[in-house]
Amino acid sequence: MRKILSLALVAPALLLAGCEFGTKVTQQHGPNGTAIMQVNQKSNLPVIAPVPPPPYPLTPEMAQGDRAKDVYQNVQVLGDISAEEFNYTMAAITEWIAPADGTVENGGCNYCHNPENMASDEIYTKVVARKMLQMTRNINAQWTPHFSLSNYAGKGAGVTCWTCHRGKPVPMANWSESAPNPPTVLGNKFGQNTPAKSVAWASLPNDPFTSLLQGKNEIRVGGPSAFPTKHVASIQSTEKTYGLMMHMSQGLGVNCTYCHNSQNFANWEHSRPQRVNAWYGIRMVRDVNDNYITALGNVWPANRRGPAGDPYKVYCTTCHRGVNKPLGGQPMLKDYPMLRGDYPLASAAPAPVPASPPVAIPETSPVAAPVPVAAADPSPLEALPATAGNAARKTVGG
Amino acid sequence: MAYQNIFTQVQLRGEPEMGVPLGAYNEERLGPFGTSYWMGKLGGFQLGPIYLGKLGIASLICGFIAIEIMGFNMLASVNWDPIQFVRQFFWLALEPPPAKYGITSIPPLAEGGWWLIAGFFLTAAILLWWLRTYRRATELGMGTHVAWAFASAIWLYLVLGFIRPLAMGSWAEAVPFGIFPHLDWTAAFSIRYGNLFYNPFHALSIVFLYGSTLLFAMHGATILAVGRYGGEREIEQITDRGTASERAALFWRWTMGFNASMESIHRWAWWFAVLTTLTGGIGILLTGTVVDNWFLWAVEHHFATVYPSTGVVDPATLPGAPQ
Repeated sequence: MRKILSLALVAPALLLAGCEFGTKVTQQHGPNGTAIMQVNQKSNLPVIAPVPPPPYPLTPEMAQGDRAKDVYQNVQVLGDISAEEFNYTMAAITEWIAPADGTVENGGCNYCHNPENMASDEIYTKVVARKMLQMTRNINAQWTPHFSLSNYAGKGAGVTCWTCHRGKPVPMANWSESAPNPPTVLGNKFGQNTPAKSVAWASLPNDPFTSLLQGKNEIRVGGPSAFPTKHVASIQSTEKTYGLMMHMSQGLGVNCTYCHNSQNFANWEHSRPQRVNAWYGIRMVRDVNDNYITALGNVWPANRRGPAGDPYKVYCTTCHRGVNKPLGGQPMLKDYPMLRGDYPLASAAPAPVPASPPVAIPETSPVAAPVPVAAADPSPLEALPATAGNAARKTVGG
Repeated sequence: MAYQNIFTQVQLRGEPEMGVPLGAYNEERLGPFGTSYWMGKLGGFQLGPIYLGKLGIASLICGFIAIEIMGFNMLASVNWDPIQFVRQFFWLALEPPPAKYGITSIPPLAEGGWWLIAGFFLTAAILLWWLRTYRRATELGMGTHVAWAFASAIWLYLVLGFIRPLAMGSWAEAVPFGIFPHLDWTAAFSIRYGNLFYNPFHALSIVFLYGSTLLFAMHGATILAVGRYGGEREIEQITDRGTASERAALFWRWTMGFNASMESIHRWAWWFAVLTTLTGGIGILLTGTVVDNWFLWAVEHHFATVYPSTGVVDPATLPGAPQ
């Protein structure tokens, strides 16, 4: 009898094994009854990683003097900054990507440079680093709509190498294309039906990245109007999009309603402004993967490629690491103006808007700034789409 | 005879009860297979005789083939590793053909061909079993209520795996065989078609499903509660109008002013159960064929409330937006 009793107690406990115990922290972000809220375990809140201080203080005097391209040879990207700023940047990059503290094999200057001839491109990492500098400047110049909710003087938090690399030559979180499916059913999961971390252990397609985080494939699946149109999206493609969303949710440490109103996931009108940031984020990731990482082609050695032979690429987790704003949304460019896309042109020309941005929306449009500039992290009540607050927000945006 | 319940059941063992003799065109029954004390705790203690017949055998063979195809496809997907088969069982699946094959072209076995074959045999097994429930009921001189209730469930099954894919022109619309995969299909289906909760037939189906559990609880509780007066013994209730049935009726008339009759409660329960899958099937069949986004449909038809807009605009609609 006692056995039966203890079994009766243990069995329901086992069924609850998937539940998370402990105090929860909830934040309401939408109207009552829409379940637009974030739920976190108090003991498991995301940890904001530190940002290392600059190698040494950058003073205004250092911006004077000869330009780097005149002092050094083969400076193709950072040529317009001063030699002193250039040295400062190199010191920071070393610390960000290949520090000489023993944590990285062959870390230090020689990770990229031939000490006999610092200008030489013979080590592949130097070629990659040049491309990555162009990429960083491009992100900071063209993809500001992705950062519009962490708005530091209208420029957003911006990114440096540290945002992804965190002291490692290859960012910890990356993806590469999955190996092609076998020709028969033997060992063939059709890219799904596997407990995979990339899609939060669901049986969803576990490589949504190959088709959706490079190129221009359509991610949207939801029906755009009440009655059927020419819009076609199979359940399988819906599952792929679903898989990508699981990745975004995990990568940012948020649930679906951080961006969406779950009553109709596809509807923009009832989505939170964060969804616009995410939309630009996806396009930014595609830009990075297509035009910078994949574009390096044969530069990548075998140990920087995945099983299908393509280089390691970025997705949301690469920067975010489980935090909705990477590194807590700190202003990354504060000490590194040379990584801004418009530097040093900004000092020469007062208009900092790039000539032909791929993003045609000026930052002052109601899209890019649907939330007041000051409210980088709107409190739950401010985010409620109450009619008055909504009108006020639009005023600020317009 | 003292009141017997599941705990105090007296199991009288003697000659097996063989039931009524079978008419012409019937086959021999198998068994009986003896008695079981523990089965007696749950219901009758006598096992068999069972009527298998041609339909039963054909149904079991078809069902066996279907399950084997599913199981061996899953086992092959983990390289015939029985340990991984068990570990990953809830994730494994036999997937329908991808969308590129549509409905008319025959896909290779590895790309949904096995799914079509398994689906055919599973459907054959279910339909044969339906015929069997119909035949056995008529042979016993019963009504065919069980068969028609089963038919309602088969309707939903056929809509999901056959009728709707035909209407949509793609086998890819059908449900995969597998535990988590079919649940993921369900979630993706709702997301693709703008939230199934705004589908009124889905809503009706939920009403009848939850209503069924409510009726089941009310009826079960009522009969158990008058068990001490022999409420569960139908013969006595019919021949000797005792107190149990009257008390059960009085209880509900006193508590809610109205009572079902001994007959009508079963008719309610039957219709609630049947309407669950009947309305559900209609809801699924309309999804994608007639309605593409249930939330927008519900708003257009004043079935759902529109919340105030958050002022967010689809960035893809803006001029010069990146792709």
